Amino acid sequence: MECVFGLVGNDFAIVAADTSAVHSILVHKSNEDKIMILDSHKLIAASGESGDRVQFTEYIQKNVALYQFRNGIPLTTAAAANFTRGELATALRKSLSYLFFLVSTIVNNDIWFFQNPYFVNILLAGYDKETGPSLFYIDYIATLHKVDKGAFGYGSYFSLAMMDRHYHSGMTVEEAIDLVDKCIMEIRSRLVVAPPNFVIKIVDKDGAREYAWRESVKDAAVPLA
Amino acid sequence: MSRRYDSRTTIFSPEGRLYQVEYAMEAIGNAGSAIGILSKDGVVLVGEKKVTSKLLQTSTSTEKMYKIDDHVACAVAGIMSDANILINTARVQAQRYTYAYQEPMPVEQLVQSLCDTKQGYTQFGGLRPFGVSFLFAGWDKNYGFQLYMSDPSGNYSGWKAAAIGANNQAAQSMLKQDYKDDITREEAVQLALKVLSKTMDSTSLTSEKLELAEVFLTPSGNVKYQVCSSDSLSKLLVKFGVTQPATEAS
Repeated sequence: MECVFGLVGNDFAIVAADTSAVHSILVHKSNEDKIMILDSHKLIAASGESGDRVQFTEYIQKNVALYQFRNGIPLTTAAAANFTRGELATALRKSLSYLFFLVSTIVNNDIWFFQNPYFVNILLAGYDKETGPSLFYIDYIATLHKVDKGAFGYGSYFSLAMMDRHYHSGMTVEEAIDLVDKCIMEIRSRLVVAPPNFVIKIVDKDGAREYAWRESVKDAAVPLA
Repeated sequence: MSRRYDSRTTIFSPEGRLYQVEYAMEAIGNAGSAIGILSKDGVVLVGEKKVTSKLLQTSTSTEKMYKIDDHVACAVAGIMSDANILINTARVQAQRYTYAYQEPMPVEQLVQSLCDTKQGYTQFGGLRPFGVSFLFAGWDKNYGFQLYMSDPSGNYSGWKAAAIGANNQAAQSMLKQDYKDDITREEAVQLALKVLSKTMDSTSLTSEKLELAEVFLTPSGNVKYQVCSSDSLSKLLVKFGVTQPATEAS
């Protein structure tokens, strides 16, 4: 099941996420990238309902781009995080009031899924000239925390424990990647429903980019007809 | 000839002009003037208060300078009732921005959002444009200290020194002559008072007829908007020797 985690090091931030697209007991795909490059210096890693995840992160990405076109300056990571939180908070209450109305008039359980707020948990990592690297924890009920390390999903039980034990401030990229690998190893060895593959992305003064994949399963090649 | 196109704010005349907008700018030319000067360590705003009657209770607060947000202030020239509406929208915009991003609104964005409102009244019919010009003084982390001037057409531009209201052209040309890059805030205050003393109609410059406000950074790095008290303004006028105004410019 889902594992998304991240940490802030010395002059960089790293986020890692599993790459499994799961529905019920079936794995549909094991190379689904759940970390979006939001703009040149921001990463948004999301877990949750997969449709919501794509819809919502794209919505945020397009709004951040629009801001930059309109104003000629990028949003800071903190501003983008607060904007994201605001969008989640608005959706949360808007849908709920509508939902109560629907439930009271048409008693239909299917409506529940129709009028839900976005079910996405987000780790937003970024690098700003003035403030350096930062990581924000935003959950689906619009909680916002600035953190040094954070995690979502079943994997969080293991990755948080690992990071509590081994994280320290001012980590180098090598130390941080080593810690990320420790987390992945722990998830793979202790979690019953462990996902096979992970993607790791990094953001520093040079921008946001993919760092590495940790794959134990490749998607089977499609046989030629 | 032009009468046919006067009454509508949104119709071009055959010469390609919008008369109502031009008349609005004309209205500002009669209003009490205001001068803004950008210095390396702050922005200075000086305004002329028109004293209409001896019986009028002079307001305790400022009547030409308004604080929009912690980091932006503006000086007004024109119809005050129109200005109050725009100042209110500016304050709402600034708070909306901080609500969305938990950060102060960049100064140019604030000016732009206000000018969008102004522009709307030159294009969507049935209403008259706002008869107000503004000088915005502010600080943000992207571009530091900034000074903007806006007019009823919805145009705005950034300036090192600018004047609006009565005699603004005379003031503008004096500023052009005397402004130096890397001027200090104190020198900016002196220059602003000197220019205003020469361009104002009244014969003697007193602190009752003036308002002075500054936007600067405190030693701790916070933006501060400070209005000069009447007493210290009187002292400044004496110090800079502008209480006996010259009459060369008008």
